[in-house]
Amino acid sequence: MSALPSTMNYSDKIPNNVNLSEDRTLQRALEQWQPNFINWWDDVGPEGSTNHDVYLRTAVSVDPQGWAQFGHVKMRDYRWGIFLNPGDAERKVHFGDSLGEKVWQDVPGEHRANLRRIIVTQGDTEPASVEQQRHLGLTAPSMYDLRNLFQINVEEGRHLWAMVYLLHKHFGRDGREEADALLQRTSGDQDNPRILGAFNEKTPDWLAFFMFTYFTDRDGKFQLAALAESAFDPLARTTKFMLTEEAHHMFVGESGVSRVIARTCQVMNELKTDDAQKIRAAGAIDLATIQRYLNFHYSVTIDLFGADQSSNAAIFYSSGLKGRYEEGKREDDHLLKGQTYKVLEVKEGQLVEKDVPMLNALNEVLRDDFIKDSVAGVNRWNKVIEKAGIPTRLSVPHKAFNRQIGALAGIKMSPDGRVVNAVEWAAKQDEWLPSSEDFAFVASLMGRVVEPGKFAGWISPPVMGINRQPIDFEYVRFG
Amino acid sequence: MDMAVEAGVINQHLIDPEICIRCNTCEAICPVNAITHDDNNYVVRADVCNGCMACISPCPTGSIDNWRKVLVTKAYSIEEQLSWEVLPAPLPEEQLVATPSLAAPATITPPVPAAAPAEAVFRSSDWGATVPPWSAARAFTNLYGPKNAVTATVVGNYNCTEAGFESETHHIVLDFGSMPFPVLEGQSIGVIPPGSDALGKPHVARQYSIASSRNGERPGYNNLALTVKRVTQDHQGNAVRGIASNYLCDAKVGDTVRVIGPFGHSFLMPNHPRSNIVMVCTGTGSAPMRAMTEWRRRLRASGKFEGGKLMLFFGARSQQELPYFGPLQSLPKDFIDIHLAYSRTPGAPKRYVQDLLHERAADLAELLRDGSTHIYVCGLKSMEEGVVLALRDVAEGAGLPWETLGATLKREGRLHLETY
Repeated sequence: MSALPSTMNYSDKIPNNVNLSEDRTLQRALEQWQPNFINWWDDVGPEGSTNHDVYLRTAVSVDPQGWAQFGHVKMRDYRWGIFLNPGDAERKVHFGDSLGEKVWQDVPGEHRANLRRIIVTQGDTEPASVEQQRHLGLTAPSMYDLRNLFQINVEEGRHLWAMVYLLHKHFGRDGREEADALLQRTSGDQDNPRILGAFNEKTPDWLAFFMFTYFTDRDGKFQLAALAESAFDPLARTTKFMLTEEAHHMFVGESGVSRVIARTCQVMNELKTDDAQKIRAAGAIDLATIQRYLNFHYSVTIDLFGADQSSNAAIFYSSGLKGRYEEGKREDDHLLKGQTYKVLEVKEGQLVEKDVPMLNALNEVLRDDFIKDSVAGVNRWNKVIEKAGIPTRLSVPHKAFNRQIGALAGIKMSPDGRVVNAVEWAAKQDEWLPSSEDFAFVASLMGRVVEPGKFAGWISPPVMGINRQPIDFEYVRFG
Repeated sequence: MDMAVEAGVINQHLIDPEICIRCNTCEAICPVNAITHDDNNYVVRADVCNGCMACISPCPTGSIDNWRKVLVTKAYSIEEQLSWEVLPAPLPEEQLVATPSLAAPATITPPVPAAAPAEAVFRSSDWGATVPPWSAARAFTNLYGPKNAVTATVVGNYNCTEAGFESETHHIVLDFGSMPFPVLEGQSIGVIPPGSDALGKPHVARQYSIASSRNGERPGYNNLALTVKRVTQDHQGNAVRGIASNYLCDAKVGDTVRVIGPFGHSFLMPNHPRSNIVMVCTGTGSAPMRAMTEWRRRLRASGKFEGGKLMLFFGARSQQELPYFGPLQSLPKDFIDIHLAYSRTPGAPKRYVQDLLHERAADLAELLRDGSTHIYVCGLKSMEEGVVLALRDVAEGAGLPWETLGATLKREGRLHLETY
């Protein structure tokens, strides 16, 4: 094990467990970046939240006992900083061409550009999420949900710090410039948007937020898990710690959608109806609308994995920069040369599978791992519907539905996997994806409910509170 | 949280599948690798979880903090948990009263629902007990994990098979100095070989049964013995060097070894003075048998076990490959009834341990009728089914329906299977 302390140093201006004070140059550079971060937080962070004391989880060390300490703090005082999981001095590269060699503590020159690109792309998603969610606090369905939103916000901010640390420490001047640029781009900005498409989409309401945290933060889980395998050890260690935080984000999404569904089913049973208009009139979100939101967020998120065939993916893998999900648990040669993988393409109006070199298909491999994980969760939502005795089931749309990236981009495809013409697409689009009317309806439900223990009418209370606190606990104290 | 067995009841750690979002945080954080998953559920291994609570606060959902009091014999298995859609309801108190075996240990109890219906495929593993004998001493488990492994010193290492043969098995003695490492016969320890595998990951621990008795290989010293076969081939006969076995067999006196454990809470010997022990083993499966025999031998000197019978069925490829052949021969015949089977003696028909069980059916049947008889099977997986089938034949030949007897043996912790 390395000499890395497991406890955070909170006496430094920038809390860290990487002995920051021993590297004066780096410390000064990060201290110059820090006020820009706070300014960014004040400008585009959670709106109207400055004086709230929020029941937040903060890490005081990276061991199991220390990284989940709960208490009321102002978000602006959250201990953003730099936390790496403990290292293993003997760790070896376990995939790609450098298999068996010692992992790298510094960036090898030949991989510098690619690594920087990977870190910048990951880093860019973190402040983007905060920007996308900044208005949601004003329409929270409960104090419990408001607290969860704020917890996600501060952790996305910390994930940004994790990537900024890597850029500053390992990429010199380029890195510092990239770190500055992370605060200059803005989600949805016409002139200077975020790098990835999904992070420029609006998160207009809480159903969209729950879908985002279910699907898009799950993309985060898979990307971080792939990076946690990296031969660049500082990246592997920092993403490993980020994964433990990402879990909470997915929980908010999965349980959030589940609670919306539970409330809808309750209303359906009370009114003994499956008529969407009657359900809407009763203040709940009909299952068809939930399905359309699901279709949208799923399809936008699976685009985040990139093109189905990518020479970059092959290079990232072979050079040891980015592994597969659970690389260490897979039993193959971890080189993947000469192996193939099936990807989809459209030929003569039909979807067909074709074999492509595995190394070039690694985006698709990761996408398929994500899909499996997503589908399992959708099945858990279906259990809620099933328990309520309602015959409807939710499902993820076909992999080729509504894609904008890769070989399937631009192909008109129904959710059940039929290639359709432009006329049918235009006619059915509002059945398959949320319409402006859907957005308007969901928006109409978004009123602020923040009295402890009270919940908006379109969502059920959670099964249990955070950190085993009661559901009517004062999760946010408004200053 | 105390996971200790008290009056046969454990507080089993479970994950609520209705709340869990399968984020993997618990599995990643568990220091003893007690948590595992499939595509459906995340689950906790009851026999590995030590209730350290490291997984509790990092869980984002609260689903991890579920505990159910269950009889140790009916602890929810991994397979059961993987199939769950909801957590089972807590059991009412009256169902948590352990089956009283003290009352009538010498009789066979009335029929109970069998572990496997007669018409179903026979699975020998269904008959193995998960509960220790009622008179077993209390075992300590999981005192040391990979993160706080203890260092033991090699104080003895010799080939306990005949020298000059391709297959060699070593008797290795490890001393723990002043570090507490309390063990019982039938328990095992994990040895962590130094270095890392081809993928750069540190080697995982390999588990070995303890071959010495509770008061040490040398009585009164804090040491124990292992029986380790040097692995030079895999199961298909391809050349391969076993990582841990070669490391241990090559260890010199004075070398240090990283050890975790101890493990095992059911494959334990009975302590009541009239208990009979039937031991069936092959190769290094002899380790726990040696441990039990040695403890009985030491106790016998104090006159405490005159009534309890010992019967050993031991299989090997040849006499030369049979560990401890020499010392076995010197044990008094009135102390232990030994039967050896060789499967590869040139010019002689192949004989397996189950053949010996059939040959000694009359004596075995008498022991099977006795509620104080405990049966231990340890060795290669391939022998397990044959042995349990042979026990069934012996029982039925004596008019003891296996459905009844087998279920009783299992429930009372009197038939233990440990094969690999």
